[in-house]
Amino acid sequence: MDLIASRISHKFGTLDVLTDVSFAIRTGEVVAIVGPSGCGKSTLLSILGGLLQPNKGRAELRGEAPAGSLNPLTFVFQDFALLPWSTVGDNVAFPLLHTGLSASEREAVVADALRRTGLTDFRDAYPKQLSGGMRQRVGIARAIAVRPAILLMDEPLSALDSQTRELLMEDFIGLLADGSMGAAYVTHNLEEAVRLADRIVVLSRRPGRIREVVTVPLTRTERGDFDAREKLLALQNELWSLIRDEAIDAEREVQHA
Amino acid sequence: MLDQPQSAPEASANLAKTVAAAASGLPQEKSADGTRPVAFRGGGFAPQPGRHAGWIGVVIVIALWQLAGSAGWINPLFLPSPLAIGRAIYQLALSGTLWQHLAWSAMRIGTGWILGTVAGVIVGLAIGLSSLARGVGMTFISALFPIPKIALLPLLILWLGIGEEPKIATIALGVFFSTAISVYSGVDSVPRNLIRMAQSFNVPFTTIIRRVIWPGALPSILAGFRITASIALLLVVSAEMIGAQYGIGAFVLQAGNLMQTDQLLAGVVILSAFGLLIGWLLSLLERRLLHWR
Repeated sequence: MDLIASRISHKFGTLDVLTDVSFAIRTGEVVAIVGPSGCGKSTLLSILGGLLQPNKGRAELRGEAPAGSLNPLTFVFQDFALLPWSTVGDNVAFPLLHTGLSASEREAVVADALRRTGLTDFRDAYPKQLSGGMRQRVGIARAIAVRPAILLMDEPLSALDSQTRELLMEDFIGLLADGSMGAAYVTHNLEEAVRLADRIVVLSRRPGRIREVVTVPLTRTERGDFDAREKLLALQNELWSLIRDEAIDAEREVQHA
Repeated sequence: MLDQPQSAPEASANLAKTVAAAASGLPQEKSADGTRPVAFRGGGFAPQPGRHAGWIGVVIVIALWQLAGSAGWINPLFLPSPLAIGRAIYQLALSGTLWQHLAWSAMRIGTGWILGTVAGVIVGLAIGLSSLARGVGMTFISALFPIPKIALLPLLILWLGIGEEPKIATIALGVFFSTAISVYSGVDSVPRNLIRMAQSFNVPFTTIIRRVIWPGALPSILAGFRITASIALLLVVSAEMIGAQYGIGAFVLQAGNLMQTDQLLAGVVILSAFGLLIGWLLSLLERRLLHWR
């Protein structure tokens, strides 16, 4: 299943946020969306996931969702968005409650999602008892429990410390390795973008428009090789040179806002 | 003998040292190896409730009160001693009068509170969830909430007769507005990201209300219950003082009219105990329902 941004423009009041953004995420593809602060990355993701209606253009789906997918477009949130009054197990089961699965089927799906994210032993814990990294793992377990076609990830690692980020990045790489799931990955972090994405959409400062779409010239398996590091660093520098001046302008704009 | 006058640079250097030492707050003494401990500056501003201090305070005040009564320093007509009040409560309980008055008050509070709470929760949820209900409801609530509800009792008596209905309606009205406000404030305080999360999984509207909005609003709703319990207690006493034969409010008023101050204060103590009991029950409910906090 492909997810297509078709000439999307959006305003908040009189503030232009996005202008004429078009690109596609093909089946199993990981597309990172980067750009200066306030360029509309998260807004674009909300529009792609159907949580916000754009003023112009639209988000489109092409092709069928994989058999058994309970929620083809599934978000992983920056702030985890866990129900604090529910246990880890209940949080993962939450999106399954209305899907028509029987209790035993739900139980099996939850157990599998918890096992894949290393949370089996934390099933009865409450979110407040978990570290930030473990909370995001619960968010990921909840997302994969509904077998999505495309994960919509809004800076999923930005609230975490660097060691936890590294561990979760490895988890993402593992989850997306077999190509059964695609992803739109919004991030400020260019290193994350070059490690995870097949293509990187670079947005200009507000109002965000596509400046460039960069293809990462290595498979994700190849990116783990020692020799690939230089190439990835060069790509990261290239991306930074694309957005550096605008990032400085955007930061000044935010400070004066 | 006068000190030798310092030269200007020396005086300036010494002054600078003194000011720096004072500003740093560091102690001046040094150990043999030239080190000195960093002065602790982080104390205070963290009051802790003493475990027994409250009870000890209450006991001391009651003991002094009793002493003043026993020694004849206070006229028992104006302020009976704690023992006299205790005796009055015991006799009221033994004769059955206490239970009769308490039962009437409890019935009025219970019925009025439940009616006001149910209506307040429904209206509060509607205001929290619907733009139309918010537009209309907020206008009415803003206009009617400040009215002292007891002032409406004569009008309610005119409408509903002189039976129990106007008293219960007064309590229900007082409870309704505060409940509605705490419910819609609670709904407003539910993090929007949780609602968006549920929507992103296509969770149905009613499930979002049941599984996200209700539990998210519950801390505010339960805090509102504490306020409405106090309002109900206040209104039942006021309503019973205006027009009732039975009830703690009526009993207190009768005792006052007859100058039976020990009975009057017995009624006040019973009201206080009743309020404490409600507070304890609500704490129990909070511990059970909000254990996740």
